[in-house]
Amino acid sequence: MADPIHQFEIHKIFTLGHIGNQEIAFTNSSAYMFGAVAIVSLLMIGGSAGRRLVPTRFQSVAELSYEFVRNTLRESVGDEGMKFFPLVFSLFMFILTANLIGIIPYTFTVTSHLIVTLALALLVFLTVLLYGLYKNGLKFFKLFVPSGIPLYIMPLIMVIEVISFLSRPVSHSVRLFANMLAGHITLKVFAGFVASLGALGAVGVAGALLPLAMTTALTGLELLVAFLQAYVFTILTCIYLNDALHPGH
Amino acid sequence: MDPVAAKYLGAGLATIGMGGAGVGVGLIFSNFLNGALRNPSAAQGQFANLIFGFAVTEALGIFSLLVALLLLFAV
Repeated sequence: MADPIHQFEIHKIFTLGHIGNQEIAFTNSSAYMFGAVAIVSLLMIGGSAGRRLVPTRFQSVAELSYEFVRNTLRESVGDEGMKFFPLVFSLFMFILTANLIGIIPYTFTVTSHLIVTLALALLVFLTVLLYGLYKNGLKFFKLFVPSGIPLYIMPLIMVIEVISFLSRPVSHSVRLFANMLAGHITLKVFAGFVASLGALGAVGVAGALLPLAMTTALTGLELLVAFLQAYVFTILTCIYLNDALHPGH
Repeated sequence: MDPVAAKYLGAGLATIGMGGAGVGVGLIFSNFLNGALRNPSAAQGQFANLIFGFAVTEALGIFSLLVALLLLFAV
């Protein structure tokens, strides 16, 4: 049976240079990231070029995605959160496009590598931390002191709040990574059943229809997961940004 | 015990924790549907809260998956 992990291998395309002994190379992962950025740029620039009153299909995709993220951000952070709209919108579109590209057979999924999702999650975490400290000063630490808690239980709550704050980048990044990884391995395992049953002759080919139907259904489920995980990443970004803007709620 | 066997056993045991997250996520969606069917007009506004609760609950299952992955590939 085909190795289900093989699809996650990173190949070097060409070398850019060396830092110390570490080689810096342009890989298939970088190529797909550039591809995702190119698709998002084409969609948004192409979609907003015509600016018709009655939008074309292309323009309405761009407008719908813009409005979707804008409403999500405005509902959870409020109007003062709109200065973070470029960040949140770029994150959503990049993750969504990368996830959707990954569903096409024989492609590489950028978000199934922890280093990529961790970089995105740390970007959000450090933005929240630095902007929260810059805007609120020491009042930012009210985040760890929820109101309405009896004094004798406060030290325990503070420790829990600090741990939960620090574990945010971990859960934020591993959620996206693990969902994409597990989904793609499951798809590959079921697709492997089709190949190995098909090799058994006429009876095998008839039996292979079952895992083939399963693979098709799972691909549909993966489409849902690809969108849902991009949305979950975005909404958590909004909620964390809300903490930076309004600590102590 | 053979250390490699112990590693695989530990990874398998660690995934049991994901069952708890499964129960939690099921409770969240069942209670959301429960409330949404009683008052469908209020359901739309709570979608963000639903996804947030789902994500926070799922995080705990993900931590146990992380332990399993660490045991398999990092230890």
